[in-house]
Amino acid sequence: MRDAFIEELVALAAAHDNIALVVGDLGFNVIEPFADRFPDRFVNAGVAEQNMTGLAAGMASEGYHVFTYSIANFPTFRCAEHIRNDVDHHRLPVTVVAVGGGVSYGALGYSHHAVQDYALMRAMPHMTIAAPGDPLETRACLRWLVANPGPSYLRLGKAGEPRFHDAIPDVAPGRWIEVRDGDPKRVMLSTGAALGAAIQRAEDRAVFSMPLWGMASKPCQPAQLARRWEVTTCEDHLQDGGFGSWLMESVAGTPDAAKVKPIALSADVCDMVAGQATLNRLGGLVA
Amino acid sequence: MEHVPLAAASDAGTIDLARRIRAQALRMVTRAKASHIGSALSIADIVAVLYGGVLKVDPSAPDHPGRDRFLLSKGHACVAVYAALAETGFIPRETLATYGTDLSPLMAHISHQVPGVEFSTGALGHGLPFGTGKALAAKKRGASWRTMVLTSDGEWGEGSNWEAALFAAHHGLDNLVCILDYNKLQSLRSVDETLRLEPLHSKFEAFGWAVRELDGHDHAALREALAGAPWAPGKPSLLIAHTTKGKGVSFMENQVLWHYRNPSPEQLAQALAEIGETADA
Repeated sequence: MRDAFIEELVALAAAHDNIALVVGDLGFNVIEPFADRFPDRFVNAGVAEQNMTGLAAGMASEGYHVFTYSIANFPTFRCAEHIRNDVDHHRLPVTVVAVGGGVSYGALGYSHHAVQDYALMRAMPHMTIAAPGDPLETRACLRWLVANPGPSYLRLGKAGEPRFHDAIPDVAPGRWIEVRDGDPKRVMLSTGAALGAAIQRAEDRAVFSMPLWGMASKPCQPAQLARRWEVTTCEDHLQDGGFGSWLMESVAGTPDAAKVKPIALSADVCDMVAGQATLNRLGGLVA
Repeated sequence: MEHVPLAAASDAGTIDLARRIRAQALRMVTRAKASHIGSALSIADIVAVLYGGVLKVDPSAPDHPGRDRFLLSKGHACVAVYAALAETGFIPRETLATYGTDLSPLMAHISHQVPGVEFSTGALGHGLPFGTGKALAAKKRGASWRTMVLTSDGEWGEGSNWEAALFAAHHGLDNLVCILDYNKLQSLRSVDETLRLEPLHSKFEAFGWAVRELDGHDHAALREALAGAPWAPGKPSLLIAHTTKGKGVSFMENQVLWHYRNPSPEQLAQALAEIGETADA
């Protein structure tokens, strides 16, 4: 996903001279293709994520589409108020990019895990969450975000995620994208890098991915749920404030709420030392 | 952009503008039973000098690409800026009467929904990082407009400001001016008793900024310093403006109480008389 991200960003930046990349002193061996090709649109803000986000918003107010980039929690929780007030409230085209979604960073530990980021980002009214499930969804999301500039959050895994699509899918906020054929009434619905886990656990169910979502695309979910008997959501995030909770809220107080069966990470992973695969297993995401 | 001063760029012109800003601010907080009048009176002279000729802004084209960008980081003092915008033609004077009322555009912390306002603040430590991004964008595009950020003193407790201070100096943003409203009084106690900033001048010089200090109620000094920035090529400018919280109203000056309290009708009348405002507007 990281490689697809930087390749696609470089391609988009070649076509859009307002795309800038601001990093928080991270991205070794990732961001060089952008920094080398567009030095005038690349800034290393240093280990200073609040200012990174505030200045990205300031640049965005002057016509740039700014991508801020750092690991997991650093570009999100550390500077949450700058995202909330400067970016989201002013509806500015800043895309916060976090690499290492879920427990990608494994044994590096809780400081490097992003398991509450959906909760933070989906609480912001104008924020589009982009959580691609494979490298092709990463490209699709980036193209959509550049074509529809606004407050957004791009959550990447790390590197080496498998491809699940044959071609770049057609994405839009709130849209369910079919990844694997199966029982259309009992389905799996995944966001982010949990797509692999969703496919693994699908049995005969159809599998869908929703790489783009947020508060604004919640109202279009009840129509989707009305067509199913059971929707098992899958996410590498805690259940509280997560994707499954978001879907349930869309039909809260209606009988359809009982159709949503969330699979999410147990909060037990917050206190464990282990690699990504083990944490995803012990956290209950993969069997 | 043709630079048309909004008011006579003279002491008399901006002193009169400052009087009208103070009067409008006092009326607004009284009507709305709102807080922060002390903070607004503290910056009335700075804001008058900015809108009275220093800022290249045009009320008939508030979004003109060549305008100077002014950011009020101490958003709680917004009545001073709303008053300046009304007195210089950005918004109708009548709008001020809606301040703080249901569905008014005039939120009680400065709002970008108001014509002429660049950026909403209210949480402290946001204006300078945002302004740094604007200044960087201007540099990258070779634009000649300046970004001016007005901060409080207490908000320099925020780490984000120090991050921005490092960044602005590192990147040589001499198109960035930060005005620090140094009234030395925070929400509970003095700055010295709360979180000491001194030695402020040498601290900023050590950070790589060009630093000047002046009386923040001296219009001629303010105009000379602000119009003349940058003061050193390749360095952002910090203007330490020594001010008095509640300036102009004897019973509000240097009183923490007036960070919160709103005037009674009798107190409003006395305050207006003290600042030389006699007309009933």
